[in-house]
Amino acid sequence: MTAACPACSVAPLAQEIATPQAQQFSVPTIHCAACIGKIERGLATIQGVKSVRVNLSLKRLSVEGAIEPDRIVNALADLGFEAYHLNQTNQNNTHDDIGRTLLTRMAVAGFAMMNVMLLSVAVWSGATDATRDLFHLISAAITLPVISYSAQPFFQNAWSALRVHRLNMDVPISLAILLAAMMSLYESLNGGEHAYFDAALSLTFFLLIGRYMDHQTRSAARSAAKELTALEVHTTQRIIGNQTEIIEVTDVSIGDHILVPTGARIPVDGFLLSDDAFLDRSILTGESAAVTIDIGATLSAGEINIGAPLQLEATAVGENTTLRRMAVLVDIAENGRNKYTTLADRAAQIYAPAVHLLALFAFLGWLFFTADFRHSLNVAVAVLIITCPCALGLAVPAVSTAAISRLFSLGFLVKHATALERLANVDHIVFDKTGTLTHASIPEITGFSVHERSISAALAQASLHPLSRALAESLRAETPANLTRVKEIPGQGIQACWHGTQVRLGRGTWLGADFDGLGLQLGNSKPKAVDTQETIRDGVQQAINNIELPCEILTGDASLPAEKIGKLLGLAVTANAHPEDKLARLEQLRFAGKHSLMVGDGLNDTAALAAAHASIAPSLAVEASRNAADVVLLRDSMSDLPVVLRVARATQMLSKQNFAIAALYNLIAVPFALAGLATPLAAALAMSLSSITVILNSQRMRYL
Amino acid sequence: MNILVILIPISLILGAGGLIAFLWTVRSDQYDDDQGNAARILLDD
Repeated sequence: MTAACPACSVAPLAQEIATPQAQQFSVPTIHCAACIGKIERGLATIQGVKSVRVNLSLKRLSVEGAIEPDRIVNALADLGFEAYHLNQTNQNNTHDDIGRTLLTRMAVAGFAMMNVMLLSVAVWSGATDATRDLFHLISAAITLPVISYSAQPFFQNAWSALRVHRLNMDVPISLAILLAAMMSLYESLNGGEHAYFDAALSLTFFLLIGRYMDHQTRSAARSAAKELTALEVHTTQRIIGNQTEIIEVTDVSIGDHILVPTGARIPVDGFLLSDDAFLDRSILTGESAAVTIDIGATLSAGEINIGAPLQLEATAVGENTTLRRMAVLVDIAENGRNKYTTLADRAAQIYAPAVHLLALFAFLGWLFFTADFRHSLNVAVAVLIITCPCALGLAVPAVSTAAISRLFSLGFLVKHATALERLANVDHIVFDKTGTLTHASIPEITGFSVHERSISAALAQASLHPLSRALAESLRAETPANLTRVKEIPGQGIQACWHGTQVRLGRGTWLGADFDGLGLQLGNSKPKAVDTQETIRDGVQQAINNIELPCEILTGDASLPAEKIGKLLGLAVTANAHPEDKLARLEQLRFAGKHSLMVGDGLNDTAALAAAHASIAPSLAVEASRNAADVVLLRDSMSDLPVVLRVARATQMLSKQNFAIAALYNLIAVPFALAGLATPLAAALAMSLSSITVILNSQRMRYL
Repeated sequence: MNILVILIPISLILGAGGLIAFLWTVRSDQYDDDQGNAARILLDD
């Protein structure tokens, strides 16, 4: 594909001079030390490679040196890793500034906390009078600047919530930090006994840990999602007179003549100018068989050209293409999903007002009975600090971090922040067929002799055509025959010379056979058909056996192939379903009170993916589907699908347990605080213990 | 109690030293690949 572009032969040189920057590759299958060693040693021997570095967390590889990306990808394939070259323009911001700032804030708070704790130990163990005041004042000098720097994220969030007259978890947090600091400063200046500087700092520190964890998991997901997007082609070739120019798809206007090379996706709606074309429509309609169309027929954006390069005239561009109309359907359906309130938000909605009221009542109660303003305020601040959701702020992020990284190592990319919570509620699963449960049209060789197989393998390897590649893949085990004078006839097939005989692999019509699909011909003998058969994806059977939920298939394919797969898997099938039908079926399930999970890859599934309670798409799905899906499956095998559901349920359970633990600590500590018995030592202990318990409990995720 | 005049600055300086060392590790990208670093210790070369 890339060889067709005239710029490519120049590009590596230009790159070498202009950007000494490392080239990035996505290698989704690396998972251990052995992989790192194998890749780094294997690639270092290639000429032109200066340095190789694997990043295991992001499953990425960066290679420095003057070498073409294709060579690296091929070398990796030989080592047994699939790899994708990442477009550099999309990967400019490899540095994660927000994460760094959070980490720095956390470190500053942590070190300040240690120092203040050290000083506090002296106070707790009985320092009095001038010594105590000195320690308090030094603590204040450390705490106040640190809080004004480190606690900024909480203040900002709290302020943006208060501005729109709402309460979130950050409001009680900010209030507790600020009040504790102010109150302690006032107490220290007036020789008071209790100062809560250590509590204010440890609160900031523990909560920043939660924030950082949250950020880490999300940015890992985001960067992987960005990689997938980087793989999509956003340019197309416009024909002007006898020449073509490469333009952005968004710049195509109606009436433009577009050249679509073999294997490429049709960029805009239009009609065919070439005599005929051979198209794979599975991603739009779910049809498993490729279709042949004649001159003048309409083409929709998203179809794949698997025949000769074709020309089309654009009739609809931008917002009006079939692709965009589907995307609009998705936007509408997405709105419903954004209304979902997370567990943490629901907890905050109950928790924040309760804490504020409790502190207020404590203050009023003490004021009423003792008429001592300063002491009442002290008690109220102690209540706020003790109840402050330190553990609550960690309850959800600590669990979801563990869950998301476990799923990532299994090859599932969790994209949506609330996806795990919604997946936990799923009680009905709807599968798309083509591309999801099955590989579309993988050629299967039956009844070929050893010679024929090795010739087919050699011929298939010589071509970049999608069908040839699939055939080469299925004949991987064969030793390719020794061929000479290999020549590809675009759109027809490939021919070569084998021990003086002409051998040809290509379309039936070109071989003069009575079938239309792919065939092989040796010399003048009768062409033999290569069956293109739908095969069930790896692990699908296993996954369906292990899911204890009602499942069904909803496909746009014709009833015959759909029924066949349905029977094989033992699932109910609805065939000939249009995108609207799929959407309607999901709405129907929703009205029946079901929480459905949609698993699909095609454009025809996009609306359904967005409308479903939760959704999963394979990595080879079209961009729109991946965007609409909550979870993207990066591996080829489906067998871990039940694990996703199990992990989601475990996440829900552990989060709730964490809330319960935090509540239990509060239940014990609050009476002391209300009674005015809470000392800074008690506050520090309660806070650290509950946070550590919550984090430890979250680590059980690895074993569930 | 006069020892405090020495001990407190020492503890503050040590704390600041730790903080500066940590900030250096952040700036030199040492937290970019925690899983990779954990695995690399098992490599021979």
